[in-house]
Amino acid sequence: MSVLVFADSTDGKFKKTAFEVVSYGKKVAEQLGSNVIALTIKANDASELYKYGAEKVLTVSNDALNTFNAKEYASVISQAATAQNADVVIVDASIDSLYLAPIVAVNLEAGYASNVVDAPTSTSPFTVKRKAFSNKAFSNTVIATDKKIIGLAKNSFGIHENPVTGTSESFEATLAESGVKSEKIERVTGKVTIADADIVVSAGRGLKGPENWGMIEELAEVLGAATACSKPVSDLGWRPHGEHVGQTGKPVAANLYIAIGISGAIQHLAGINASKVKVVINTDPEAPFFKAADYGIVGDAFEVVPKLIEKLKAFKAS
Amino acid sequence: MKILVCISHVPDTTSKINFTENDTKFDTNGVQFVINPYDEFSLTRAMWFKEKQGATVTVVNVGNATTEPTLRKALAIGADDAIRVNAEAVDGFSVAKELAAVVKNGGYDLVLAGKESIDYNGGMVPGMLAALTDFNFVNGCVGMEVDGNSVTLSREIDGGNETLSTSLPLVVAGQKGIVEEKDLRIPNMRGIMMARKKPLSVVEPVGIDNATSIQSFEKPAPKGAVKLVDADNVDELINLLHNEAKVI
Ligand SMILES: Cc1cc2nc3c(=O)[nH]c(=O)nc-3n(C[C@H](O)[C@H](O)[C@H](O)COP(=O)(O)OP(=O)(O)OC[C@H]3O[C@@H](n4cnc5c(N)ncnc54)[C@H](O)[C@@H]3O)c2cc1C
Ligand SMILES: Nc1ncnc2c1ncn2[C@@H]1O[C@H](COP(=O)(O)O)[C@@H](O)[C@H]1O
Repeated sequence: MSVLVFADSTDGKFKKTAFEVVSYGKKVAEQLGSNVIALTIKANDASELYKYGAEKVLTVSNDALNTFNAKEYASVISQAATAQNADVVIVDASIDSLYLAPIVAVNLEAGYASNVVDAPTSTSPFTVKRKAFSNKAFSNTVIATDKKIIGLAKNSFGIHENPVTGTSESFEATLAESGVKSEKIERVTGKVTIADADIVVSAGRGLKGPENWGMIEELAEVLGAATACSKPVSDLGWRPHGEHVGQTGKPVAANLYIAIGISGAIQHLAGINASKVKVVINTDPEAPFFKAADYGIVGDAFEVVPKLIEKLKAFKAS
Repeated sequence: MKILVCISHVPDTTSKINFTENDTKFDTNGVQFVINPYDEFSLTRAMWFKEKQGATVTVVNVGNATTEPTLRKALAIGADDAIRVNAEAVDGFSVAKELAAVVKNGGYDLVLAGKESIDYNGGMVPGMLAALTDFNFVNGCVGMEVDGNSVTLSREIDGGNETLSTSLPLVVAGQKGIVEEKDLRIPNMRGIMMARKKPLSVVEPVGIDNATSIQSFEKPAPKGAVKLVDADNVDELINLLHNEAKVI
């Protein structure tokens, strides 16, 4: 009996969520009185995971896995789960993990709970709290199958240090016939992605036009933040689709979400509510966003944002 | 090409979310149900294949009789026929198994679905369906073209896009981009009239044990009031974010 955690990496480097899922796996293993095993595929330094409680790390280094492929990755994870006699498999909520987890569930005939936000509230029956209705509620879900898959929501459990003396060993998996081939990957480099970001600076139709995004990008740069936008802004073509956040766009679970010239429609809030601290800057004190935010400034973005940039630069320099 | 579009029946995005029966049931009182927004994008893409490449389009939902108006709406948008699997949809895995039976019986080449249902946000049915039927699978699809048996797609990845090639039979979970917002169709009067005459068959479920079940719901704790900072005093905001919220 054990808990297997898939610790995801990009270009050999662990994602922050890898440390969060390992921290979480450690907690679940404690609750079950079993041990946690982390699985890495093409990661550079497996030992980084010992700090978060992984006593054993399996490393897979097959070159055929250089590029992510959901079916192949799912097959490797499933084989590791079987080999390690794991009854709980934990993955993060990255785009790639969301792609592979349902396949692992079928491979292992396991019940799968995605969007889980906390440690199991009971291990018998195995019960987890999940986000539902696009952050407007939670559901307490029982997983009834012997094997269980948990998809952990980002920034929900947190990263907890729990250093152990770990060991790592290589794991040989048989590769699956994938059927889907990656032809080309285009990634904006040197920019923080919404998925990775601790801070997201987001702007809406209140900015009037795409020519005014310079100050939004500058604010994001000062904060080391990702940029995002409301749905109409991407529909109007002012910003790329990849920046659209909300119920029907990308989810945001950042530490800090700054909304500038965004009214705070229910569909927008649904996608960003999982963020810890929300700041709104809006000319209209009646804008619904003020009911959802922790901090707010009633004011004109064209005056407030440049001032904020200036003061933040001074703050960062001090 | 025979296309099956999986339609999830969900509360409209503006719905107030409440629960009844000791927080064990979703309160549907006054809630308007719609085609899941992601499925609407995929359905629109299917209509394009129908019109440009002569595909036939069937829509399917696993649910009880209350979901039929949603299927009729999909017929009014232009699907040829509809199937309702007469089972309560409580768990993604059992829904996927019911759909797998429909796919096997119907001989479909392409299954289009949405990236997730906006009610339970499972994000699992399409991937499970693909694995159960041994179809190829692409998730989070933002563009696709079919040429004979070959399919080229793009999907969203963190910070960018990936182009993929694969072949039919295939399951695709789509989102905005598979068609654009402006391409979405509102059913017109003629479509609504025609939809009434189109076949909607009800099939009995295979009947599968649920892998997961919802025991209860909770609402997030009420939030405290917003702290307002004067527009002339952004230093105070920086101070609060640094010392109180500890996020910068
Ligand atoms: C099915 C469906 C799904 C949807 N999904 C999403 C989604 O995922 N994400 C999303 O964002 N929306 C979504 N929407 C749209 C949503 O309902 C709103 O229309 C949208 O969020 C509004 O965007 P906005 O706040 O940028 O624009 P507006 O509502 O136009 O608000 C602009 C705001 O800017 C303020 N403002 C104006 N000038 C200034 C200034 N100089 N300085 C500061 N503030 C200023 C105004 O007071 C106003 O509050 C969806 C809608 C539907 C029907
Ligand atoms: N009950 C259902 N009937 C038909 N299709 C469904 C059902 N539930 C989910 N789907 C499809 O699967 C997609 C993802 O749903 P989910 O896994 O529930 O988030 C949806 O966008 C639909 O296309």
